[in-house]
Amino acid sequence: MNEIIEKIKQSGLKGRGGANFPVGIKWEIFNATLANKKYVIMNAAEGEPDVFKDRYILENHLEETLKGFKLALDLFENTQGYIFLNKSLYDLLENKIRKFVNKWPVNLVKEKGGYLNGEETVLIESIEGHRLEPRIKPPYPPEKGLWQFPTLINNVETFYHVYQISQNQYHQTRFYSLTGDLNNIGVYELKEDSNILEILKQTKNLSEKPFFVQVGGGASGIFLEQENLDQPISGAGSLIVYDTNKTDKIKLLKKILSFFLKENCGQCVPCREGIYRLNELILKKSIDWLKAKELCQTLKESSFCGLGVGCGMACESLIDIIVKFNQANG
Amino acid sequence: MDNLVKIKIDGKDFELASNLSILDVSKNLNLDIPYLCDHPDLDVRANCRMCMVEIKGKLVPACSTKISEGMEIITQSERIHKTRKSNLELIMANHQQDCFHCPYFGSCQLKNLMKTYGLNASAFSSRKKNREDFSMGKSVVFKSQKCMECRACVSACEKQGINFLEIDGNGLEIKIIPSLNKNKDCVYCGQCVSHCPVGAMLPDMSDLEEIEKLLKEKKYILIAQIAPAIRASLGEEFKIPYGQLTVGHISTGLKALGFQYVFDVSTGADLTTMEEAQELIERIEHNGKLPLLTSCCPAWVKYVEFYRPEFINNLTTVRSPQMIMSNVIKSYWAKENKIKSANIKLVSIMPCTAKKYEANRPEFKKLVDYVLTTRELALLLKRHQVMPEKLKESSLDALFSSSGVIYGASGGVMESALRTAYYLITGKEPQEIAFEKMRGLEGCRQAKYKIGKYTLNVAAVSGLKNAENLLQKIKADSKLYDYVEIMACPGGCLSGGGQPVPVNDEIRKKRANVLYQLDKKSEIKYAHDNPFVKEIYKTFLKDEKNRKTVCHTQYAKKKKEGHIIKKI
Repeated sequence: MNEIIEKIKQSGLKGRGGANFPVGIKWEIFNATLANKKYVIMNAAEGEPDVFKDRYILENHLEETLKGFKLALDLFENTQGYIFLNKSLYDLLENKIRKFVNKWPVNLVKEKGGYLNGEETVLIESIEGHRLEPRIKPPYPPEKGLWQFPTLINNVETFYHVYQISQNQYHQTRFYSLTGDLNNIGVYELKEDSNILEILKQTKNLSEKPFFVQVGGGASGIFLEQENLDQPISGAGSLIVYDTNKTDKIKLLKKILSFFLKENCGQCVPCREGIYRLNELILKKSIDWLKAKELCQTLKESSFCGLGVGCGMACESLIDIIVKFNQANG
Repeated sequence: MDNLVKIKIDGKDFELASNLSILDVSKNLNLDIPYLCDHPDLDVRANCRMCMVEIKGKLVPACSTKISEGMEIITQSERIHKTRKSNLELIMANHQQDCFHCPYFGSCQLKNLMKTYGLNASAFSSRKKNREDFSMGKSVVFKSQKCMECRACVSACEKQGINFLEIDGNGLEIKIIPSLNKNKDCVYCGQCVSHCPVGAMLPDMSDLEEIEKLLKEKKYILIAQIAPAIRASLGEEFKIPYGQLTVGHISTGLKALGFQYVFDVSTGADLTTMEEAQELIERIEHNGKLPLLTSCCPAWVKYVEFYRPEFINNLTTVRSPQMIMSNVIKSYWAKENKIKSANIKLVSIMPCTAKKYEANRPEFKKLVDYVLTTRELALLLKRHQVMPEKLKESSLDALFSSSGVIYGASGGVMESALRTAYYLITGKEPQEIAFEKMRGLEGCRQAKYKIGKYTLNVAAVSGLKNAENLLQKIKADSKLYDYVEIMACPGGCLSGGGQPVPVNDEIRKKRANVLYQLDKKSEIKYAHDNPFVKEIYKTFLKDEKNRKTVCHTQYAKKKKEGHIIKKI
């Protein structure tokens, strides 16, 4: 048994890209899949609006993160690495990274598309030069990924923690980017099981005015009301706070919908048509909330990839808050 | 042997092969899981999201989910129903409903699904009113306002190795477009049409509306000629069991519509056979260009002319059955029967969209006035409430052999020509099953036959990708084959682009079986035994000039053809 994989498994580390998949198991599958070539990809696409923790890690812990990535590269002899960066990170870090990975079998790739390009199979399609659309899963990348070879894709933060694990310095923490209507905007490294209320308290961000939050990303993150903050953050490590009275909630919903309207690939019916129709409903003077929620359900239940599911979840949770607020305030 | 796995579907236990998807299982067991984008010929695309089922509390698409040990699948629940209905509503929002002009009339999957899911009309209105339609070679039409962007057409085109249909744009702007690449052109095979689940890819039906006018006007003598493959498939449109709807019924049906004479294109096929067998022998004896490649399939001919002009001289110069028969009808039969050919309007009933293109090729000078596909004929009959199952059979206006009938299946041209070549070389009739190796659905069947002093290496190919592979082999070694039959569509004309949908290998086999059963039972088995053929060779075709004009043609390298794009 490979030592580093064993250590990762024992640490209980989960993927930090948002899907929370156990990293040790992913590495194990990747390691066990027979092939004469393999690929390891670092995903630095960080495309959720208002999420900036991967950026923070790369700015502050670049070498450790790359060393974590190297551990994966070293798992198998004939491995090619890719570091996939969004446009702004690529422009910022290209030279630094090239200098550091100089002799490694690694390519740097600048993101071509938008938000969806960070989805792991879209990322693969993008490197292969195809349309930016997700693949049917399974097969999952650790079995069949880039050019149909086993491919390990992890997020920036995951590789950073893998390095910490290899140095016995991982203490079950994760990074949270905090923004919105709060005093202390920034990225914080806190316990991974911290609940939202604790995070707000520890970062001195707990407001006395009524507020609601969006966790897991500024687009696909779900909205939670103040009474539901006793839970850890799901999805990407991100917390956005909205002042309930100050926020134009319908405008917020429209903003989210126009984001997904622009970013969806158009491959499946619920996403291409569902988001369009949802947006159409929301733009009307009198909104049919029931029909809107029905469409959110369809997105959640039947979208091809996480984009539609995320859109459905975000919109549905925000609609719930809006409807409740409207009822309470006549 | 595949591994078996135990699964539960709606509480019932099953033990099934592990390589199946849930949707495969549903189709095999006749369960009620709806689907639109899935097609057994094509890779799974899983984009219509109609086939959602529940596993472990999560909805997953049945088409892209393989069964596995212990899997518990729920196929019907309120939650599933709601999701399917919602996706159907989203699809219907952009589906223009002009059912009377659609060959799906009476057998529309969308209509059936709307009924099942209690959807009366979509709550939304179409967002595609400004989209453009396009038309290819007066053969195939794309109706953008019916399309659900499932890309079955693109996959079918890709499977043919043509890649003419492309996906353009992203998100809402996604649309199917004809390639602008000057090195890619449509060959009109219509496989996009047979694989479109919603009637957005259609045969060009402008001829159908013209025929409606002619039927009303009654100014012309209307003559129909029916291709071999029609009798194998038209029954599907009327839910008549295979083999029970004969060409005699179809003939009566056409006469009920207002056609005065009905010919069987199998007669023309017999003439093609006679000429092609002779050409084969000639080329072998006189060191002509080999392998001889068949040219009955107009999509294949267009493929050679556009993509592989270096093989033009390998194509037989013999005209296709449609074109020979039209000439025989207008210049020989008409004269014999004292009918002015100017008073005739000749309509071909074809399993094929490319036959529309063939009929319009300038060298054929409009011998065929109109071409209807099988689906258009079905629509015409349904519109006029002519139900073929209620008709008596009538005989056709010229005799034909069953060698002409098997032209409808891939390998049939080859088998028919070899039967006659055998006779011409040895003076004896071939054994009944002498060339059966040419039959089947495999992409390429090959065999070596000893006929008299010749040993012939032959192959029968269907599907253009298979054809391209074969051409590559021939390029590498031109002596590999003496004679090759190529049909653009998988399985041959019986699953041509104008044939009824759905189609799959099981249906292809059933259609082929109809033709081979007819061959088995037939009294006139060989083209050279057909009395009509014997007669015409003694008279009209005895004249070498007539024979050349009626039976032969030539081909030329083609540039990309203009495809009409129009806003509707």
